Amino acid sequence: MIEIKNLHKSFGDLEVLKNINQTIVQGEVVVIIGPSGSGKSTLLRCLNLLEHPTSGDVIFEGYPLTDPKINIDLHRRRIGMVFQQFNLFPHKSVLENITLGPIKLLGLDKAKAIEEAEALLISVGLLDKRDAYPNQLSGGQKQRIAIARALAMKPDVMLFDEPTSALDPEMVGEVLEIMKKLAKNGMTMVIVTHEMGFAKEVADRVIFMDEGQIVEINSPNRLFNEPAEDRTKSFLSKVL
Amino acid sequence: MNFSFLPKYYKFFLSGTGYTLLLSALTVVFGLFGGLALALMKTSKNKVLKSIAVSYIEFIRGTPLLIQLYIVYYGISDLPMLTAGVIAMSINSAAYIAEIIRAGIGAVDKGQMEAARSLGLPVFLTYKEIIIPQAMKNILPALGNEFIVLIKESAIVSVIGIHDLMYNTDTVRGNTFIAFEPLVVAAFIYFVLTFGLSKFMQKFERRMSVGD
Repeated sequence: MIEIKNLHKSFGDLEVLKNINQTIVQGEVVVIIGPSGSGKSTLLRCLNLLEHPTSGDVIFEGYPLTDPKINIDLHRRRIGMVFQQFNLFPHKSVLENITLGPIKLLGLDKAKAIEEAEALLISVGLLDKRDAYPNQLSGGQKQRIAIARALAMKPDVMLFDEPTSALDPEMVGEVLEIMKKLAKNGMTMVIVTHEMGFAKEVADRVIFMDEGQIVEINSPNRLFNEPAEDRTKSFLSKVL
Repeated sequence: MNFSFLPKYYKFFLSGTGYTLLLSALTVVFGLFGGLALALMKTSKNKVLKSIAVSYIEFIRGTPLLIQLYIVYYGISDLPMLTAGVIAMSINSAAYIAEIIRAGIGAVDKGQMEAARSLGLPVFLTYKEIIIPQAMKNILPALGNEFIVLIKESAIVSVIGIHDLMYNTDTVRGNTFIAFEPLVVAAFIYFVLTFGLSKFMQKFERRMSVGD
């Protein structure tokens, strides 16, 4: 579904991603772990071109997103993204946050969009907040709404950029629960996270990155219990 | 102090105040559209648009309004005075408003742009739906300030003969041979206008910040 080929990304002289090659297949849950500054968020942001790769290709459902002639907006509709800082639109109500994309981009009429948004709100357990504004919500609630907003576009893949890192500890669980439910329903997901327990439970594959490179890829069971690389071992010994 | 001219001449001050307000209001509206266009040009990736906007803003802010007014009025033949005044002041104001808008847009969290674009919203829709409405919160107070500046600076259009408050004050001085007191009246009116507007803006800002 997503093919990453010879991907490089530099910020000035700093090479953040060094020759990444990877394929993500439909229905797969891939979790990317690694120390801060390892390039994992940058890699994720290259997948929908929020960061433009310095060289290399990102091919999504057969379309080379890195081709300058491609209309990236059309493909971004099919790639949902959830951010660490939620990035809800503060001047729009919860319902407006969720229905904006479907109404403006998918051409849904308002009634239909609201009906779908309410179904999503039920699935994230926040139907009672439909008319609230983001500043009236807790961090966990904001992130659940952000997930609903991304899902409203009916994406083929969901990208999560440290979705629980900005949350108070007691709110992490409610967001992870929703992500687990998504994974169980067969959503293709790429998740950058520090939640190792979650990675163990949900991931099909875990990618360990360090210094802009993929150090090790394996099933969570293998990667966490019998890491092959020394760098993986030393990282895991610090975080587990 | 001799204010004996007021019963006979108060209508001059009233109609002058009317013109001053009309001129300032029209200028704010046109300056807003011009400023918005310039701000978007200046922040765009297109180098030609960007350099046009930058040169315009620098040039207008670096030359006196009086010269800009003369250039418009004497440079374009058969232009009615009021039109020339509105055009010159709008040209001038657009440069300042552009900077206000640019700063207001710059203060919107980067994550808003990223969230909107990652949904698939094109640049234009992102600005219209997400960035501009939030930037307005930063922009409106500064824009109110600009409106106050405009009311004061509009006195300059009296030199091309627009019957604004300043011009009519001079008329009263000429007709009555009273040099000083009409100026006191005019200053008082300008102050009431700007002070009232600034109080109104404060109230407006307070109401807008309720949602924060």
